[in-house]
Amino acid sequence: MRITRALKTIMEMVRGELVVAANGRISREAFTLRDRPENFYMIGSMGLASSIALGLALSQPKRKVVILDGDGNVLMNLGVLPQIGALLPPNLLHIVLDNEVYGSTGNQCTISSAVGLEKIARSSGYLVVKKITEEKSLRPTLRQYLKARGPVFLLAKVEAEVEPKGIKRVMHSPVEIRNRFMKSIGSKP
Amino acid sequence: MRAEEFVELLKEAGYNFFTGVPCSLISDVIILLEKDRQVPYIPAVREDAAVGLAAGAYLGGKTPCVLMQNSGLGQCLNALSSLNLIYKIPCLLIVTWRGYRGKDWPEHWVMGRACTGLLDSIDLPYKKLTPRNLEEAVEWSSKVISRKRIPVALLLPKGVME
Repeated sequence: MRITRALKTIMEMVRGELVVAANGRISREAFTLRDRPENFYMIGSMGLASSIALGLALSQPKRKVVILDGDGNVLMNLGVLPQIGALLPPNLLHIVLDNEVYGSTGNQCTISSAVGLEKIARSSGYLVVKKITEEKSLRPTLRQYLKARGPVFLLAKVEAEVEPKGIKRVMHSPVEIRNRFMKSIGSKP
Repeated sequence: MRAEEFVELLKEAGYNFFTGVPCSLISDVIILLEKDRQVPYIPAVREDAAVGLAAGAYLGGKTPCVLMQNSGLGQCLNALSSLNLIYKIPCLLIVTWRGYRGKDWPEHWVMGRACTGLLDSIDLPYKKLTPRNLEEAVEWSSKVISRKRIPVALLLPKGVME
């Protein structure tokens, strides 16, 4: 599965969901594919997309929160998986695009080729856990999981590749990202 | 001050989402927050994860407070500098000041000396708590947060809480 194809499918399928995108290519490509106020683009703070999304899910229990995470990000803040499993926010969908490398810095290896992140999620207590490798199963899986009671962990194995040209930097300033994101929720900065 | 009074003070100032990693100096405060039915206390796995969690809660409309020992402050530098300070996402950091004036166990000596310099280095406003200035300091934290939308730290040495 190609990263771009996976992200395109995900970004096409989200409706009112709040999306927290991990730093690096995931944020930049989500921005390039479908910029929307409900996207929170994390440009730094590697590892914390899941923590930010958890805080959001707990304080906005009526909104579905989708985390677009990467394997490097998850491995950096692994403790949040059992934290999510302990708190069981039903409105959380944790999608991990696992290419087994730190893509934004030149494809240096992570350790996720040797560690099954889905197994860690399962033993951490996520209600639903699935690993997919085929692009064709992404759409039907998402259709089901965007409605499912969570926390859901979806591990999508994607190819490590040289980043294609044309993926822009997030053009909004951090404060603009915050402002429009909060406005879309109806919370005030 | 008694833990009960301090928790009330924080709640009255508008803090309504609590997370953190415990320190024995604020043991009673955290136990009270765990039992509190008006506000959540979410135990975090690490201090920077607590800062991230609080950032999410702020985006969701809460006014968060993170409690930790100063040993965890270094852990938070990337979260504070590349998330909170640039996106203008505030929180109150209540940081116990272990190693204050060198009177503590060896593991606290270095950070006891370094923690204010660390906060200065990223221009994060802070105040040292004393038994007499708690109300004023909490009020100050609210003012800075509403004016600047950045995190504020209150450093809490031994002897401030009963």
